[in-house]
Amino acid sequence: MSEKEYVPKSKAGKWFNDRLPLLSLASHLTDYPTPKNLNYWWTFGGILTFCLLTQIITGIVLAMHYVAHADLAFASVEHIMRDVNYGWLIRYIHSNGASMFFLAVYIHIFRSLFYGSYKSPREIIWIIGLMIYLLMMAAAFMGYVLPWGQMSFWGATVITNLFSAIPLVGDSITTWLWGAYSVDNPTLTRFFSLHYLIPFLILGLVVLHIWALHIPGNNNPVGIDIKKPSKDTVPFHPYITIKDAFALLLFSIIFAGFVFFAPNVLGHSDNYIQANPMVTPAHIVPEWYLLPFYAILRSVPDKLGGVILMFGAIFILFVLPWLDTSKVRSSVYRPIYRQFFWILIVDVLVLGYVGAMPAEGIYLVLARVGTVYYFLHFIVILPVVGYFEKTEPVPLSISEPVLSGSADYSMAKKDNEKI
Amino acid sequence: MKKFKLFFCILLSLTIFNTLKSAEQIDPIKVDWSFKGLLGKFDRASLQRGYQVYNEVCASCHSMQYLSYRNLGEPGGPEFSEEEVKAIAAGFEVTDGPDAQGEMFTRSGRPSDKFVSPYPNVNAAAAANGGAYPPDMSVLVKARKGGANYIYSVLVGYEDPPPGVTLDEGVYYNKYMTGNKIKMPNNLSDGLVEYADGTEATVDQMAKDVTTFLSWAAEPELESRHKTGLKVMLYLILLSILVFLSMKKIWSRVNSEE
Repeated sequence: MSEKEYVPKSKAGKWFNDRLPLLSLASHLTDYPTPKNLNYWWTFGGILTFCLLTQIITGIVLAMHYVAHADLAFASVEHIMRDVNYGWLIRYIHSNGASMFFLAVYIHIFRSLFYGSYKSPREIIWIIGLMIYLLMMAAAFMGYVLPWGQMSFWGATVITNLFSAIPLVGDSITTWLWGAYSVDNPTLTRFFSLHYLIPFLILGLVVLHIWALHIPGNNNPVGIDIKKPSKDTVPFHPYITIKDAFALLLFSIIFAGFVFFAPNVLGHSDNYIQANPMVTPAHIVPEWYLLPFYAILRSVPDKLGGVILMFGAIFILFVLPWLDTSKVRSSVYRPIYRQFFWILIVDVLVLGYVGAMPAEGIYLVLARVGTVYYFLHFIVILPVVGYFEKTEPVPLSISEPVLSGSADYSMAKKDNEKI
Repeated sequence: MKKFKLFFCILLSLTIFNTLKSAEQIDPIKVDWSFKGLLGKFDRASLQRGYQVYNEVCASCHSMQYLSYRNLGEPGGPEFSEEEVKAIAAGFEVTDGPDAQGEMFTRSGRPSDKFVSPYPNVNAAAAANGGAYPPDMSVLVKARKGGANYIYSVLVGYEDPPPGVTLDEGVYYNKYMTGNKIKMPNNLSDGLVEYADGTEATVDQMAKDVTTFLSWAAEPELESRHKTGLKVMLYLILLSILVFLSMKKIWSRVNSEE
């Protein structure tokens, strides 16, 4: 934020900018000094913004044709698929868009975990990001209920019933959430209302997320503080914009692959059966992006315990900046933590897999081991490793990563070459 | 190295998971459908025959409430001619109204009408079929794991029950059906329908044709989706190449300073 004051060239521009400095803001955003060694894992912020806008735009159109009523919702979705011009395209972009959104956000989160982007002075960026993630899950869950298929209905039943585990007031809270004595039409209409609201809350938080980012500036693969602007930085435009655009196009190719050639592969076939409160599906499973948490929930034999652990799995991330005791940000220079990072990834994948399987036999064992390890990673491994780990020498700047002869030279150089 | 590790982790997890999968049910028969694959299209003649099988066999119990007769003439579907669609629709009696006197009346169907359901409601359908509701077939292919292969397999999967399995009255044995018990009798037999195009109506042929028809009914947009998808992909790939080259050019300014 240390750029020199921006002054519009035209008189009209100056007049306007003195009253509302939008042009200064635009100038700040274009000139924003960005580390020049950002690799492609850093392009997911832009991709996520694209995902959010895609969901909002397609969602607004879908809401024009969708009917939020227990008797009509399922049919209105079929109406969109069959009778609305390109309705199938809009709906498939929206439904697959949710999955793409989560795919991108998971990469974004794990990027942060690997390069220590959550650490001082970026704790607030991290916490706002987690709030966005929580709202995304709420929006996705409620959105999945709207087509009023079997999984919509029974997913809603399972998740809302979790609140009944709360001692004393649990049942009252659940009834209050439903607006009825079971998941029913009032539940559907309020979920629709909230599903329309939440994306705009997310949008507001995204503005704060970026604002908070622009105070310390981007972290980078080397994980060191850099002088801004300096020869270690490039202006955001055109350098980062063009790179983000390229990454976004590659991402869009995958996105389009799902939309046009496998639009239902990420969904559950039972959701093409209209909701029926009298028939329970054999296995009730949430969408793939919620499976690890579902596995944690079911790994505990006690309902309240399961709910606490499931929410705990997310809320523990809020204190992550203070659990990590290492002074070094980037895992590139943390030989021990780096190994645990990959184990955590495998752990989350395993949890995701067992979340899709029936909670019995080997799956239950795996779920329990996975859950214990998940918490172990954050509560024990992270603080202890940070304390005892002998980190590799960290370069002084991006342009001069050289402490010649040090082991990490080639690695830092490789990261530099990526730009 | 990093990417390799990530790839390795995913690969390892997937292999472990696949070996864990228990095989409790036999997989449906894999059919080489013309509509599978990136450029898949429906076999027009098969769709028309499939409609005939649906209309003469399935429709006496199964509704298709989300389809309209006009859909039968739309591009990407059976593509009956306008006259044929009108004739098909006119063959059905549709309840309309109320008229000016407040009375409901019946008239012959029009292409804009939805498919007429065999029963007035779900309960009536279940009551007439031994308590089992014959599911609406509009999106049936999308509503079953295994999709078209599964539907086809069930249609040809009727067998005598293996020794030791006793079936209740009105329950049939089917080796592909979940739980192997199905309340729908085996309705297909060789020569059951007489195809207008002279194709021999074997059980296998009819099962394939009607499954093709049901696949179209569930995904009437499939052909236009595939066609649009191809154009979108080409566009995105070309644009990616252009943006990639621009990116290289722009970043060369930074890299050459070093």
